[in-house]
Amino acid sequence: MTTFEEKQPAVSVEKLKWMYEMMAKSRYFEDQMVEVYTEGKAPVFNIGAGPVPGEMHLSTGQEPAAVGICVHLTKDDTVTAPHRPHHHAIAKGVDLKKMTAEMFGKETGLGKGKGGHMHLFDPAVKFSCGGIVAAGIPHAVGAAMAAKMQGKDWVAVAFIGEGAANAGAFHESLNLAAVWNLPLILVIEDNSYGISVAKKAATAVETNDLRAAAYGIAGAHVKGNDPIAMYKVSEEAVARARNGQGPTIIEIETYRFLGHFQGDPELYRDKAEVPGLREQDPILKLRNSLVEAKGATEKELQKIEKRVKQEVDEAYQFARDSNYPAPEAALDDVFSS
Amino acid sequence: METAKKRILTGNKAMAEAIALEMERDPKVFVLGEDIGNYGGIFGSTQGLMEKFGKERVLDTPISETAFIGAAIGAAAEGMRPVVELMFVDFFGVCMDQIYNHMAKIQYMSGGNVKLPMVLMTAVGGGYNDAAQHSQTLYATFGHMPGLKVVAPSNPYDLKGMMISAIQDDNPVVFMFHKSLQGLGWMEQLDVSAAHVPEESYTVPLNKAKVMREGTDVTIVGIQMTVHQAMEAAERLAADGIDAEVIDLRSIAPIDKETIIDSVKKTHRLFIVDEDYKSYGMTAEIAAIAAEEAFYDLEAPIRRLANPDVPIPYSRPLEQFVLPNADKIYEQVKNLMNE
Repeated sequence: MTTFEEKQPAVSVEKLKWMYEMMAKSRYFEDQMVEVYTEGKAPVFNIGAGPVPGEMHLSTGQEPAAVGICVHLTKDDTVTAPHRPHHHAIAKGVDLKKMTAEMFGKETGLGKGKGGHMHLFDPAVKFSCGGIVAAGIPHAVGAAMAAKMQGKDWVAVAFIGEGAANAGAFHESLNLAAVWNLPLILVIEDNSYGISVAKKAATAVETNDLRAAAYGIAGAHVKGNDPIAMYKVSEEAVARARNGQGPTIIEIETYRFLGHFQGDPELYRDKAEVPGLREQDPILKLRNSLVEAKGATEKELQKIEKRVKQEVDEAYQFARDSNYPAPEAALDDVFSS
Repeated sequence: METAKKRILTGNKAMAEAIALEMERDPKVFVLGEDIGNYGGIFGSTQGLMEKFGKERVLDTPISETAFIGAAIGAAAEGMRPVVELMFVDFFGVCMDQIYNHMAKIQYMSGGNVKLPMVLMTAVGGGYNDAAQHSQTLYATFGHMPGLKVVAPSNPYDLKGMMISAIQDDNPVVFMFHKSLQGLGWMEQLDVSAAHVPEESYTVPLNKAKVMREGTDVTIVGIQMTVHQAMEAAERLAADGIDAEVIDLRSIAPIDKETIIDSVKKTHRLFIVDEDYKSYGMTAEIAAIAAEEAFYDLEAPIRRLANPDVPIPYSRPLEQFVLPNADKIYEQVKNLMNE
């Protein structure tokens, strides 16, 4: 068997371990959320019931897209994410306790309970997300513009799903970023479906990185939901952006193990599809390759997993223990004074 | 005499002067939009800024309102202070997601942790035969959405002072300027579009209406063009022995209830005039405020004049039929006095 180092000479073990930890954290966080979300929603499913009400879009399976690029970012770089944002938020270093509390609608949440899971804002690490498909792309363009105007080498990363590549904001934003040569990286997570509509039924090109040609910018494609390939492609894209060489589109083939939202009957895909995807779990694959290549010992990885579990469990406990906001706090924060 | 010291500026020059003063004061202020650079803005609001501050801070954009208004939001979230122009307010449809769902809501959804210190300036108004897609005011469309401050100054002094206030404000401000009040060489020249403007920097609050003419018999509330029409009508009413108080609303949101209610309590009659659509509009809002807070002070029904809920037509007689003017205000206030 080839060693890990032979296959991937350019990636440091420390960074791989960081990526493993972030993926494990995101996965464990969402595994807990799958359970918590059902509380109060049985025997009859009512989306507005339970400690975490409202829509819930989980990213389970899509973790490589987030960690493979966030490993190259600092807190000064900006990330905008869409409605499925947990893996991005965790990889960007968003405060996990406040993020969880926000999803529970508590006053200690990132938005004091005004945003919920689709609207997480943590300016301390320059992270935001939103519930309108493709709308975060121009915000990242603005962040990239602000960095350039202030003479900083900061970059902005916008994450979108492959369905968002067909929205007008995609075209307008990429053209603008290209014409102004901005440090923007657009990461497209191709999880094969825009809710229920398959990519091939909605998108005229085979892969969205091909659209980079329309803007005269770089494009790259990552196959097989591979975090290490994502790492390498992103390393180049981030370096280009920091060096004033303009924007990049990266599309990564990724897998959504769960429905579009929790409660999605998933009638649009074959029942056998998800078990097949689970066999390709990118977290297990990275774990196995780290062990096989002797990049990390079983004991080290267990230590990471223990740490992740503790941090996530504490975040959930913090969220549960926190108070709801006073109802009349609904009137605050419309304007800042 | 004071007149010797007067420094007459048109509305657009007053705006451009305000932006220039703020750009000099704060390096985080920058301007972007379509044709705002070399051209100086289609309505002249950014005249001379590119020459003065360069292409790095005065950015001509592609025709991509979603991208560049969204970019202004993203830059504001990073602490910059963008002034972004939506050329005609009528073009809001192509970028309303960014305005309604992001510019207006991010501060709230973030629990106040993200501020958006930005100004969206946009040209409003009809009366020059530009038809249904280039003549609206849409005051109420923007005033309806919580999270936006929405102002509509009526004269060069306020255009300058309110623009400076808007740029200094930490909240997103929609700054509506009326095309007819810009003093443009290619439109009908109105005397009210040019006036004395002090050279120095000064601010005018974004939440205060202004009593333009004191009176005791009837309150007339207007905004932008309809203020000037109301002033003209008030002079004619005065000749008939009717002493009208005229209020320039200036701010759509937040609305200055106090100035309106105080006036109604004094005059006991209320007439509201608006260039925007009548239903669910500014006239309806002010009528509701008066009914809720000064009902027993009223001696007659509230009357209002606004666009009769039709798109703005092109042909001169058709457009003049739907827009308010001084004659209509004069006639209808006369009728109100007999009620």
